[in-house]
Amino acid sequence: MAETITVEVTRYRPEQESEPTFESFEVPLRTDWVVLDALNYIKDQVDGSLSYRWSCRMGVCGSCGMMVNGEPKLTCATFLSHYTPGPVRVEPLTYFPIVRDLVIEMTDFLVKLRSVKPWIVREDEKPLSEGEYLQTPEQLDDYTQFSMCINCMLCYAACPVYGLDEHFIGPAAIALAQRYNKDSRDQGSEERLDILSQHEGIWACTFVGECTKVCPKNVDPAGAIQQYKLTATKEWFKDFLMPWRSR
Amino acid sequence: MNQTPIYKQYHPKWYRKRVSTYWWTQQWSYLKFTLRELTSLSVAYFVVIMLLQVAALNQGPDAYTRFQEWLKTPVAIVLNVIALFFVLFHTITWFNLAPRAMPVRVGGKRLPDWMVAAPNYVAWLVISAVVAWLIVRK
Amino acid sequence: MAKRSNEPFLWALFSSGGVVAAFLIPVLLVLYGLAFPLGWLEAPSYQSTLELLRHPLTRIVLFVLCSLPLFHWAHRFRFTLYDGLQIKHLNELINFFCYGGAIAGTVLAGYLLWNVP
Repeated sequence: MAETITVEVTRYRPEQESEPTFESFEVPLRTDWVVLDALNYIKDQVDGSLSYRWSCRMGVCGSCGMMVNGEPKLTCATFLSHYTPGPVRVEPLTYFPIVRDLVIEMTDFLVKLRSVKPWIVREDEKPLSEGEYLQTPEQLDDYTQFSMCINCMLCYAACPVYGLDEHFIGPAAIALAQRYNKDSRDQGSEERLDILSQHEGIWACTFVGECTKVCPKNVDPAGAIQQYKLTATKEWFKDFLMPWRSR
Repeated sequence: MNQTPIYKQYHPKWYRKRVSTYWWTQQWSYLKFTLRELTSLSVAYFVVIMLLQVAALNQGPDAYTRFQEWLKTPVAIVLNVIALFFVLFHTITWFNLAPRAMPVRVGGKRLPDWMVAAPNYVAWLVISAVVAWLIVRK
Repeated sequence: MAKRSNEPFLWALFSSGGVVAAFLIPVLLVLYGLAFPLGWLEAPSYQSTLELLRHPLTRIVLFVLCSLPLFHWAHRFRFTLYDGLQIKHLNELINFFCYGGAIAGTVLAGYLLWNVP
């Protein structure tokens, strides 16, 4: 195996340039190194000004999402040796504004996530004296898959509709809304329906399916969205045929 | 005027790359998706052919024969072959994706996708056979 | 209560149209588009086709077969234009063309099938 591999990294320093450029670095090619190790090597040994996000380095925090050779990946879970002989191109996540180097502006995602109320919503609170909310394994199974989301935004980087449409809420936010809708302890489906069934909310989705393909946690956001379309449609028909029913 | 003095807000110059009009050519998966979406044109084409056929039928045996003759021309055959390819692509992608929208649970466990897609294929073959028999028999 | 969109109804049309198209169009296209013109199977005569068409059940099935897939096309093509050509700002024109076309096709199908001699 070769000693080193070339890593091409996006550089964007808004104070000195108006467009991103690429800078190449020679990085040791170790079998156990992931792309994040390469970035840390560059920052520690070569150019301390390289900016990027990372944290747990083991695929659970969702911080280190970047485009590696055009595919959205968690850089802590992507081996350098997979890309021999190289070069490996590391770019910030697509469809997000670039703040600096590999750091993207993620406020849009956070705003949309918050808008779907990703928490247990109760109409009536159970007093503490009555004990915990009980849940069978089957009830847990209903939403477990969607709860695996680590908010890494790889799905947003893969979704062309998110890239094109300002109002589309996006895969992860909808999957997380489903995680709560399907939770037997939650009573907030109606509230979420109002937000999600907005014109663009979920309806801009055309089931490209790329979000599910790139998800490192097998959340299957595309499936969540289609299931939600079905639910929202059933609710629409119920409202249409029985307009008197109380919401 | 009682405004609290604040400094001019500093905005970092975010860089936004424009999404190309040809985004759907830049990845094989995007291209496959676009071809799937374009199957809708073949579906519409089929409906048009059907309506033309019914119209010809209504007008009488001569009009119907003329339409049959047109269907035999190379142009029509080529169009129909292309349309058939796309319509089959629609059917297959539709059956394969349907299980994702409707998870089926049996005895608490979710059935694997192929188990939900398979009955669709079987039903499709049966329905096709029945329809073909109804049309072809004298 | 925020106003909920009417997209679900259009999506329902798209879905049902997709199902009808998936099940029925392939066999009919093979028969009428290839098998009969190319002589793989003997094409039914004008008379037998007319008799088959006269049956009310055939006409109902054919009406559904012509109408719903058109709405399937309308919905899908609308989004293809939006995202593929990035002309979503022309949405009113596109919606009119797509759903209007589907409605026109439905009306035409109804008229033709009603007037089978």
